[in-house]
Amino acid sequence: MSAEKTHATLGLSDAEYGRIVGLLGREPNFLELSLFSVMWSEHCGYKNSRPLLRRLPTGGERVLQGPGENAGVVELGEGWALAFKIESHNHPSAVEPYEGAATGVGGIIRDILALGARPVALLDSLRFGPPGEERSRYLFGEVVRGVGGYGNAIGVPTVGGELAFSPAYSGNPLVNVMCAGLVRADGIMSARASGEGNVLVLIGSKTGRDGIHGATFASDELSSDSEMRRSNVQVGDPFCGKMLIECCLELVRGGLLVALQDMGAAGITSSASEMAARGGVGVELDVDEVPLREEGMEPHEIMLSESQERMLAVVEPEKVEQVIGIAGRYGLVAAPIGRVAGHGELRVISGGEVAASVPASYLADAPAYEREVVRPAYLEGVRRFEVGDVPPPEDYGAVLLRMLSHPNLCSRRSVYSQYDHEVGTDTVVRPGADAAVMRVKGTTLGYALTTDGRGRHCYLDPEGGAASTVAEAYRNLSCVGARPLAVTDCLNFGNPEKPDAYYQLARCIEGMARACEVFGTPVVGGNVSLYNETSRGAIYPTPVVGMVGVMEDVRRHATPAFKREGDVVLAVGAPVEPSLAGSEYLEVIHGRVAGVPPEPDLAEERRYADLVRGLIERGLVDTAHDVSGGGEVFALAEMALAGGIGFEYEGDPAEGARPDVRLFGERGAGFLVALPGERLEEVERIAGDAGADCRRVGRTGGERFRVGALIDLSLKEMEEAYGRDLFGDGGRSG
Amino acid sequence: MRIGVVVFPGSNCDRDALYAVERVGAEPVALWHAERTLKGSDALILPGGFSYGDYLRPGAIARFAPVMQSVERFAREGGPVLGVCNGFQVLCEAHLLPGALLRNAALRFVCRRVRVRVERTDTPWTSGCGAGEELVLPVAHNDGCYFADGGTLDALEEEGRVVLRYLENPNGSVNDIAGVCNEGRNVVGVMPHPERASDPLLGSEDGLGILRSVLVGAAL
Repeated sequence: MSAEKTHATLGLSDAEYGRIVGLLGREPNFLELSLFSVMWSEHCGYKNSRPLLRRLPTGGERVLQGPGENAGVVELGEGWALAFKIESHNHPSAVEPYEGAATGVGGIIRDILALGARPVALLDSLRFGPPGEERSRYLFGEVVRGVGGYGNAIGVPTVGGELAFSPAYSGNPLVNVMCAGLVRADGIMSARASGEGNVLVLIGSKTGRDGIHGATFASDELSSDSEMRRSNVQVGDPFCGKMLIECCLELVRGGLLVALQDMGAAGITSSASEMAARGGVGVELDVDEVPLREEGMEPHEIMLSESQERMLAVVEPEKVEQVIGIAGRYGLVAAPIGRVAGHGELRVISGGEVAASVPASYLADAPAYEREVVRPAYLEGVRRFEVGDVPPPEDYGAVLLRMLSHPNLCSRRSVYSQYDHEVGTDTVVRPGADAAVMRVKGTTLGYALTTDGRGRHCYLDPEGGAASTVAEAYRNLSCVGARPLAVTDCLNFGNPEKPDAYYQLARCIEGMARACEVFGTPVVGGNVSLYNETSRGAIYPTPVVGMVGVMEDVRRHATPAFKREGDVVLAVGAPVEPSLAGSEYLEVIHGRVAGVPPEPDLAEERRYADLVRGLIERGLVDTAHDVSGGGEVFALAEMALAGGIGFEYEGDPAEGARPDVRLFGERGAGFLVALPGERLEEVERIAGDAGADCRRVGRTGGERFRVGALIDLSLKEMEEAYGRDLFGDGGRSG
Repeated sequence: MRIGVVVFPGSNCDRDALYAVERVGAEPVALWHAERTLKGSDALILPGGFSYGDYLRPGAIARFAPVMQSVERFAREGGPVLGVCNGFQVLCEAHLLPGALLRNAALRFVCRRVRVRVERTDTPWTSGCGAGEELVLPVAHNDGCYFADGGTLDALEEEGRVVLRYLENPNGSVNDIAGVCNEGRNVVGVMPHPERASDPLLGSEDGLGILRSVLVGAAL
């Protein structure tokens, strides 16, 4: 087969093929074309998103490493830094959910490891079709098992995440995994190849035929043929992953490495060409030196294999033996497979002959496409909504119970209890709160982590939804007492070659960029997953925001759980009317996804979040929660259930024509805090000095949850609804 | 007092155990699976994790690690040995403790805190606890369902060798057994993680009593 006919099957367009021929000044051979096909895929080359991503702010005071390495790094203090990144594994998980999710965990861990950081926390952000669908239920169960199967075994706690179900994700689940790692600020590794004559050493597993062209697969829509691509999905070996972590950390500690790079999508090809392009050098790779799992592998298979648990290191020649010895101690293979060269080419040697030779910079420089941003027609229809369209509830207690038991709103305990969230003995605030809080042993420092995504909101209003996603993350970190530092993003969208998805991508990035600017939280790394479509259409545009924050004194933190009987509960938040537009209540109770949710007021979001954090930092507040999906009363119910302490609403919630708007409507910049009465005066004074709106909503105590004459439920019946096992009844009900 | 923590390939609570040992004021020392030396340890901990990936069966491969020959000799000579989680599984596979740990009854990994009762204080790992004392300890395992045949169970109960018992059984263990000891009472295996409950900042220090016990015993 000639290369010209092959390019289409490799996922390259005619124009792209023409560009390759133009760059090289000749026709590429099959191996060279394969290299281009993976490196110019959307997954590796970001060709549809790169121009848009430039809009995101990336710099900041605490940023030690922005985009460009395997992960971003921020400074925590006392010489410690946090490396973190989020990545998707959507396509693999759609066809082989267990391994897709497991290798998603394995892959993001190695990105953190490449910075020389010890992975210390995982978070998973998941989306599936409704649990009433058998296939969605299967994907959900297997993905959760896969995340746990890998994460539990390697000893990195899964401390947070989020989960939602919607028909928009049927057949195209989202599996985004974030990892954070601790590293000394003066010991951060780079993935920049340098030093002509230095040796490229492949560390970890042997190379097999698994995952070939996985990156190309991830850059296309899912179809009925996708099942056939099961062999494109890699298989994880968490035991080997664990050994790789310990081995690489020992190599870094010993100062034995010049550079270190994860081997992920597009295998040796992307690792080597990215390392070379970063360093402005060339590399020569001898495929005959790559340890293989099976005989008879072709050079292009070796170059593109996505076999898991492999890292590529640049090592000075005199240290190679030592590296091989240490790897051997961990039962790992370390093989010198090439060297850094001055010629700037990625050169593949096979059987002593040059099998491919292309400038590394060409591979790393995928074409970029900018398209016209056209407002989709669907927005007109879905944005139409009036409160009068839906009737007010007759039984508010029954509505609250239905919301508490809905798969999108119920407790995530049945998920996170399958993840080891305590290994490492650093988890201060465990899953179930607004954000996870971790400590740094030997210091008083802590850091907090959250992932947030609001697909429905972004579908109804891409720019506002994306901004409010960032706002939610900012609130979540502030609620536990952490000062937000930076963001990693995972942009999950449909096919960017279609105008609707491109519009959503462009507007969501704009919304995120605006919010990150106001919050002072730069985007230091991330991942783009496009082509999330099936024959039934595209997913909701779902930018997932992973945000990290720091706390000087980790003992000063807050959680949503009511802690004491008799605490006063205050609503601290911008005095804006809640809205049912795009709310959880509207979807869960009335089955509608419609309306324009309130545009987030970013300055107010920041002001109120900073106020709440200040109260926690001063030790005045240890109980805080943000008002988010489900509205104020739902948030109060969560606080009561988390603490096992009842609540009595004060004032008249039935005031006005539509109490459901007041109780379940959503708005930004809203928090609930609970505190003993003796601290009330001081807290109100601080809020007053800040010109902040602060309203008494009730008191904790007893075993019932009462909201005026509208709701009177026992905590027990609420817990029965909320604490449901999402796997027990297969999630069928609700 | 020097407490050795065995590091198998795939152990993942080894660092937590070493840290907790330090917190109770003992000298922690890591023992590498491939070496036979116990480095003069006065007591040993086999930590949790997924030794050898739990491939084949949890603990089944680890029991053949070179260090285990020394661990077995140490145990048979009466040295205090504590197996936690995967370490418990290894001790059962090595026949230093009776019974086996099967897949959890719910067929899922379980990570949560559970209430347990200290049934016996006449072991080196519980001597510092109160008899009948209730502790809240974290569990995190896939294969924690303790099982033994009827005769063995009867013997365990009659001889008072059930050391910890679940007050809320997270995994289907027979007789709610969370921990047992050998006939000599010096080897104890528990599924819950005392090393994780070793700091009030993390919500519980109920595990410290277990780790301190071995120090108390040594001082007597």
